[in-house]
Amino acid sequence: MNKTSKTSIFLKGLIKENPVLVLILGTCPTLATTTSVISAIAMGLAATAVLLCSNMVISALRNIIPDKVRIPCYIVVIAGFVSVVQMLMQAYLPDLYDMLGVYLALIVVNCIILGRAEMFARKNTVFDSALDGLGMGIGFTIALLLMATFREVLGNGTFAGISIPVLSEYNVPILTASPGGFFAFGCIIALVSAITNKPKDKIGCEGCAAAETCGGKCPSNEKKEDGVNA
Amino acid sequence: MLKSLLVILMSSVLVNNYVLSKFLGICPFLGVSKKTDQAVGMGLSVIFVMLLATLATWPIQTFLLDPLGLGYLQTIVFILVIAALVQLLEMVLKKYIPALYQSLGVYLPLITTNCAVLGVTINNISDGYGFIESMVSSLGCGLGFLLAMWLFAGVRGRIENSNPPKPFQGVPIALISASIVSISFYGFAGIIEKLFA
Repeated sequence: MNKTSKTSIFLKGLIKENPVLVLILGTCPTLATTTSVISAIAMGLAATAVLLCSNMVISALRNIIPDKVRIPCYIVVIAGFVSVVQMLMQAYLPDLYDMLGVYLALIVVNCIILGRAEMFARKNTVFDSALDGLGMGIGFTIALLLMATFREVLGNGTFAGISIPVLSEYNVPILTASPGGFFAFGCIIALVSAITNKPKDKIGCEGCAAAETCGGKCPSNEKKEDGVNA
Repeated sequence: MLKSLLVILMSSVLVNNYVLSKFLGICPFLGVSKKTDQAVGMGLSVIFVMLLATLATWPIQTFLLDPLGLGYLQTIVFILVIAALVQLLEMVLKKYIPALYQSLGVYLPLITTNCAVLGVTINNISDGYGFIESMVSSLGCGLGFLLAMWLFAGVRGRIENSNPPKPFQGVPIALISASIVSISFYGFAGIIEKLFA
């Protein structure tokens, strides 16, 4: 393969197929860990590390894992790396470990990671999968950072803990609380779809790990049929 | 005893609602909430799987992982147990209760990767709950999930007929309305302490 396609594998995760903003995957950590910039970056990097390692291992094992039991195999690989990241963070970054709490363990069920294994790593070489994992992971981190900046600057008047002169006196605390998470995410997706001019009708079924099991028949995909009937 | 169980139940349904204040299980919340009957079906399946998962994972943690010093395997073991349980449940339902499988079967594959189920089992352990408390808290979280899904499906029905600005159509407007539903749940904060003080 030539060099340009390698770069495009890496770059597509950043903007064109950004897992959070365009494919709308991994919504739970996006909403939960973006109350502050620091925790968002920590979450993004932890997920990137897991995504990179699991993509490489799954791609290396792609000819060994039987097709029928591939999802449980992927889950084991991912859970293994999540435990590694958990232990490393607990040992070296205990403050961040406490801040992320249960969401660190929940990287296991982050649909971005399982989705990339299913969509990309099982069909491509180790190097390509590593690039894809890195690109998607950085795209995820950028999206989290964007959300966290929006919420922390306006909601708390600080950026990464540093107080911003005027804003800190006129902050909107609800933005850092749970309703603000939904609100900020809604606004940011609306902004992205205004820029790309593509309305977001449904949750990204193409990246969902269960897509193959339900064969696109899962209830979240039903809107199209309704449109045809109506 | 009964009072503390009631506090756990009420607070996990209303105050610490898994979907609206802890952001767990957002994917099905946004994906399967277009029709009320689907939302209720999904909610009921989640309650069932949460109870079953707690029934399995609490003894595993207490009698197997903790005495052997294998606490660090928690994440791997729990997700595997949940995945196996969901598979098993699907097979059992398909074979013995086909009517129920017809209505709940579609939701089961989605539940394996539902972070609310893994989240509740891990939270039960890290909150230091006993077995009965864990079961009650799982029931509460499941009921909270059902309540949020059901309420939101009602709201969603109205959104479908409305005409928001073009960039807001679809997911963004759903998220903004979820934010408003979440504000209503925000009002419950503090109510439990006052009620049972």
